[in-house]
Amino acid sequence: MKRTFTCIVCPNGCEIDAEYEGSRVISVTGNLCPKGKTYVTQELVDPRRTIATSMRVDGGELPLASVRLTRPIPKDRIFDVMAEINRHSLTAPVAIGDVAVPDILGLGSDVIVTKNVARA
Amino acid sequence: MMHEQAVIVGGGPAGLAAALRLREKGVKDILILEREHKPGGILRQCIHDGFGLMRFGESLSGPEYAQRFIDRVEEAGIRCITDCTVLDITHDKLVTAVSRNLGLLQIQADAVLLTMGCRERTRGALATPGTRPAGVYTAGVAQSYINLQNVMVGREIVILGSGDIGLIMARRLTLEGAHVKGVYEVQPYPSGLPRNIEQCLNDYHIPLHLSHTVVDIRGRERLTSVVVAQCDERFRPIPGTEEEIPCDTLILSVGLIPENELSLAAGVELDARTRGAFVDEHYQTGVPGIFAAGNVLHVHDLVDFVSLEAEALADSAAEYLLCGSLPECSLEVKAGSNVGHVIPQRFSATRSFTLSLRVRQPLKDVSIVVRQGEKEVLRKKMRKALPAEMIQLPIKAEKLIPGVELEVSAE
Repeated sequence: MKRTFTCIVCPNGCEIDAEYEGSRVISVTGNLCPKGKTYVTQELVDPRRTIATSMRVDGGELPLASVRLTRPIPKDRIFDVMAEINRHSLTAPVAIGDVAVPDILGLGSDVIVTKNVARA
Repeated sequence: MMHEQAVIVGGGPAGLAAALRLREKGVKDILILEREHKPGGILRQCIHDGFGLMRFGESLSGPEYAQRFIDRVEEAGIRCITDCTVLDITHDKLVTAVSRNLGLLQIQADAVLLTMGCRERTRGALATPGTRPAGVYTAGVAQSYINLQNVMVGREIVILGSGDIGLIMARRLTLEGAHVKGVYEVQPYPSGLPRNIEQCLNDYHIPLHLSHTVVDIRGRERLTSVVVAQCDERFRPIPGTEEEIPCDTLILSVGLIPENELSLAAGVELDARTRGAFVDEHYQTGVPGIFAAGNVLHVHDLVDFVSLEAEALADSAAEYLLCGSLPECSLEVKAGSNVGHVIPQRFSATRSFTLSLRVRQPLKDVSIVVRQGEKEVLRKKMRKALPAEMIQLPIKAEKLIPGVELEVSAE
């Protein structure tokens, strides 16, 4: 089987032509670095993404604090994770790196705060 | 009247990086003027990750990337006045600003650093026909509503233009429960980065319609539909291809324009191609002591490169402040075949510098060639070159012939 992938690991966005059988990669061309091959292999077996969103902050100088995942999660769980994040809120002050939701849905990824929000 | 060695207009990524480098170079009096309540610029609302991969080797969100610079600016004791709008800059570097707390400020600067960034093209610039209902936003405005103000902009969304912010917003709106019906791009190729097409559109099955545009906007109070049509190679809608798409929101991601009203007031000449200043290899504009870098100079795709460019600017500005002038740059850098624009537009041929350019259209298996007359200064082979991706090349002083212009082409 042949397929062209756009690597999303870095801004180079390499177009990678891959030949594979099932989940076994036979050859890749077009990637500028080895991460491209790792990306293609991961995409074939278990595509994963990180997401970024925001959470409500009670008593903050801003209504929202931005958050992101520390590790990628399976692509087909993105909307489950969004729904879970939206069930939570934060209380000011919060700081970059604070864990907002640990190990979300048991997927091995923490939701961390990415913006400092002081008390109002 | 106040006096400062360096006044930095804009506390976004370019201004913050320039301030830090100036301080490292020993410049003591530095003042940043920022019109928003907090420094950080557009990064405050860019909550997605992918920033800092080049600079920090990790994928940060916009606010995190900005905070790393803000913390260092604070640690260095560099002054930043926020909620402060610069009204005027003169040719002699007299800066006039207003601030709610401090009132009218007049500051005589030895050097002025223009780091105002850019703003979005709007519906008015497109002259799209139709009514004037609520529900038409530029992508950055929608991003501000959702990410900063906790206001959802709509449910059934059409996006016109495939700029990176539009692509990022397609994903963001989808995550927040909206239905993005499609992205329409007038050109036959996307204007955003390939990785954003992949991770923002393809991941969420959002269709991208190339060579299409919006030809009518309908609705009285609120947008009720848009009409899209296919376009020919000269971007003219093809009659008979119109399709009406019911929606409540139209997001425009149709280009960014460097914000240069203050530069013009100071007598800085602008390049019609970049819509930013003409600069030399020191990022000095045509007005001695006034410098420009970042998105106010030319629109970048990556903030990492904005920071780098602002630091290069600050190196020159520090030298200017120390020596009172910089080596003359009287030679022209020309954009040759397939090259849309170049930065800088002038050089001295005595120093190394970074050449930035964009190609005019997508090219495959291409060489970017830099020449002085018949002599090849540099040749870089590329598997693909896209207008969406800025290309940067290091030009080494020892390779340059004195007194001869440069031409850059993609062939």
